Amino acid sequence: MTIPIVWYLVLAAVLFCIGTFGALTRRSGIAIFLSIELMLNAANLTLVAYSRIHGDSAGQMFVFFALAVAAAEAAVGLGLFISIFRLRHTIDVNRLNQLRW
Amino acid sequence: MLLIVFSLLAGAAVGSAIVVVLHRNPVVSTMSLVVTLVATAGLFVMLGSPFLAALQILLYTGAILVLFLFVIMLLNVRRERTAVTHASGMLVGAGVCAVVFAGAVVRLFWAAYSETTVAPLQADSVSLIVVARELFSTYLLPFEMIGLLLLVAVVAASWVAQKGEAVESPKPPAHGDPR
Amino acid sequence: MSALDYLWLVPALPFLGAAVNGLLVRNRHKSLATAIGVGAPGLSLLVALACLAEFLARPGHAPFEQLLYPWTAGALSIDVAFLLDPLSAVMLFVVTFVGFVIHVYSVGYMAHEEGYRRFFAYMNLFMGAMLLLVLGSNFLVMFVGWEGVGLCSYLLIGFYFDQDFPPQAGRKAFIVNRIGDFAFLLGVFAIFAQFGTLSFKGVNTAILEDIGAAQAPFVLGLSVASFIALCLFVGAMGKSAQIPLYVWLPDAMAGPTPVSALIHAATMVTAGVYMVARTNLIYQLAPSVSMFVAVIGAATAIFAATIGIAQNDIKKVLAYSTVSQLGYMFLAAGVGAYVLAIFHLATHAFFKALLFLGSGSVIHAMGGEQDMRKMGSLRKHLPWTYRTFLIGTLAISGVPFLAGFFSKDAILGAAFEKSPVLWIIGIATAALTACYMLRLLCLTFLGKFRGTHEQQHHLHESPAVIVVPLVILATGAVFAGYAGKIPFTHFDWLGGFLASVIVVLPGHEGHVAHHEIGLEVMLVGASVLAAVAGLLLAWRLWGGYRGTSSDEALARRLPRAYRLVENKYFVDEIYDRFVVRPLRGFARFCWKVIDSVIIDGGLHVLAFLTELAGDLGRFTTTGNVRQYALYFFTGVLVLFWWMIF
Repeated sequence: MTIPIVWYLVLAAVLFCIGTFGALTRRSGIAIFLSIELMLNAANLTLVAYSRIHGDSAGQMFVFFALAVAAAEAAVGLGLFISIFRLRHTIDVNRLNQLRW
Repeated sequence: MLLIVFSLLAGAAVGSAIVVVLHRNPVVSTMSLVVTLVATAGLFVMLGSPFLAALQILLYTGAILVLFLFVIMLLNVRRERTAVTHASGMLVGAGVCAVVFAGAVVRLFWAAYSETTVAPLQADSVSLIVVARELFSTYLLPFEMIGLLLLVAVVAASWVAQKGEAVESPKPPAHGDPR
Repeated sequence: MSALDYLWLVPALPFLGAAVNGLLVRNRHKSLATAIGVGAPGLSLLVALACLAEFLARPGHAPFEQLLYPWTAGALSIDVAFLLDPLSAVMLFVVTFVGFVIHVYSVGYMAHEEGYRRFFAYMNLFMGAMLLLVLGSNFLVMFVGWEGVGLCSYLLIGFYFDQDFPPQAGRKAFIVNRIGDFAFLLGVFAIFAQFGTLSFKGVNTAILEDIGAAQAPFVLGLSVASFIALCLFVGAMGKSAQIPLYVWLPDAMAGPTPVSALIHAATMVTAGVYMVARTNLIYQLAPSVSMFVAVIGAATAIFAATIGIAQNDIKKVLAYSTVSQLGYMFLAAGVGAYVLAIFHLATHAFFKALLFLGSGSVIHAMGGEQDMRKMGSLRKHLPWTYRTFLIGTLAISGVPFLAGFFSKDAILGAAFEKSPVLWIIGIATAALTACYMLRLLCLTFLGKFRGTHEQQHHLHESPAVIVVPLVILATGAVFAGYAGKIPFTHFDWLGGFLASVIVVLPGHEGHVAHHEIGLEVMLVGASVLAAVAGLLLAWRLWGGYRGTSSDEALARRLPRAYRLVENKYFVDEIYDRFVVRPLRGFARFCWKVIDSVIIDGGLHVLAFLTELAGDLGRFTTTGNVRQYALYFFTGVLVLFWWMIF
């Protein structure tokens, strides 16, 4: 029996929401980052599923590029984290609040 | 048979996702993310993109998450006292949002695609040749631009993360230079 | 190559002079300022004379139009064009000739003024605007000139801007004029709405094609023609100082004397008369408005004359005299004698300018003194001024064979036909005119000197540059009358010349120009009698060495009447109480309540609310990135919901 394609989409949605919850709730910066990667991954899954539905390879190409961009973004973001850590010696986002009024 | 595979992969993905989000130890979180990503790679294969599955494992797990681990080690990130924030407002808010969003999206997908069936995979549509052909003809420009983007990211990341003062600009020529 | 092709130079040269003198020349280059300031009107005069010569040679004095710039905007098509026809030819001559003479006079009179260059710039600007007014071939060009002369009047009245009063007087002139101009514009709008064109020729043609339409009811119970005529006349009331908008003219004497002579005697104030003559077809179709014009003219004439008797400032007497004489012109226009109105306009230009310039010579000799009670016996010290002034006085009084006699007598004759009452008012005014003018002469030039010792030492005849213009104008005052209607004869050069401008309606014969001989004898006799009576009375009261004793006697005998007249019937005070104060109060209300409280208050409330919003809103900037992310995500959710469902 083939898997109805909609299950993939539902799975991706669930993963995305788990990732969102994590991004909004975790204290450690690294953990937030991980949650964001989770969200990206869920999006990729959705794209591939759509590509399958329409039989169009554009979705897969999109994922290819999304992957590359995610890599770039992770690199720069982690670099920023290092920089912040050097300055503030903490990753706890509760403590990184200089932009308050 | 496919159902079993799917359930295993899906279950692993969701399970480790929850671990990623809820565990206190960052290393454990990272490892769980690895599991999730590998499961997703398997799902990619089931959806007819072995190429992407390979890429996912190579890039995501093999490079990006390794980078994460490096940074965790470098910064000596400890386990936290609590994984999630104290602020109950945030918790409730985030929870509500996530649940609502999930509900909305799932309903949407269900309404749109529950009846859709897809044609079985053909061997030639899955092969690497097709992908490569697409990549180097229709999507050539984005492909090249991605290369540029990666270069920029590398430069940016190295500059952002370096220690101390910025590199001094080259001194002006001391002598023999017409003004 | 015809001189008429250069018609546009006539207004352009003074404008150029004004621009150069006003913008380029420095104050210290007096000779250059003089050369430009007098040269521009001089050249303009030469060109004008050449154009006139050529115009007179044209068969039938056919009108000449010079188109400078056709201007069309949608349905509106107005050309910047000049029209030289008999009417504008007469005006052109008067304006350029008298204007030039006065400019020459000003060289001497204003020689010691700081603002010498500025004066000539303004005077040239005025000449340009006035020439636009008389040469314009449509209502719009005329109105541009109309407004321009009003502006120059303001600038020149307030010429001594460092004193308190002149700027106030200038403002008063401008504002009162504005009221008239508003009505004038309404008239112009009505003309366009009804006839679709603003050119004089076009309007006349349109009216003649369909006379019934012009007399159809329009608004406020008036016919089309009546409404237009009334609106235009209110504009003339302002510009030509008739009741009730005359109050600016006496105050305008705060300006230098050449200004009073040129603007407030010879040219600007006559613009209203010119306008009525130009639109005579409309007035002929609006008999009730014409009668109104005549009544206002007569009333103004006698009203101003009574005030003139009791004034002590030499220029104020002349100012009220001007108002009175303008009343005569409108009386003539109102009874349909448009030619006579223009006739009197021309003769009046000569002798009134003469009188003003003469008074300027006197003031100059008296070191700035204008109060006649301090003058006297100036005949010995200022012989030429006295002689020319005498001629002017006799001319304005209507003494036979001088210019004023011919024009005034003709007007009285025309008035008699329309209404004997108007004639009686006219005769009375003539007597009063002779009276106050001789009083002026006696108090100033005859009798004993009543001023201070320094003033007496300072007395001297004015230089040639002042006296020669006086003589020129005096010559005009003597001979100008022969150009018009000569009683007991059929000679009327001006009437024939202007005949083509006055539209004769079928069914009307126009006003009868010549009476039968018996009536003519009576009328002429009556006006001569009135003049003589006035002169005799004045001689009895003020002649010889009586000086100002008669003024004091009159004041004692008729205290209330004398006070009323001396204070110009308190008209200014009445206006102040019933018009100016309420307006000021309203303005204050607008300022203190509407502007300060409501509008500014509204803005303050707005600003306060914005600040409040900011103060409250800053609590969201916690610096907590996660919180921001939550907001962000919530927003995405909302968007999502909205887009999908």
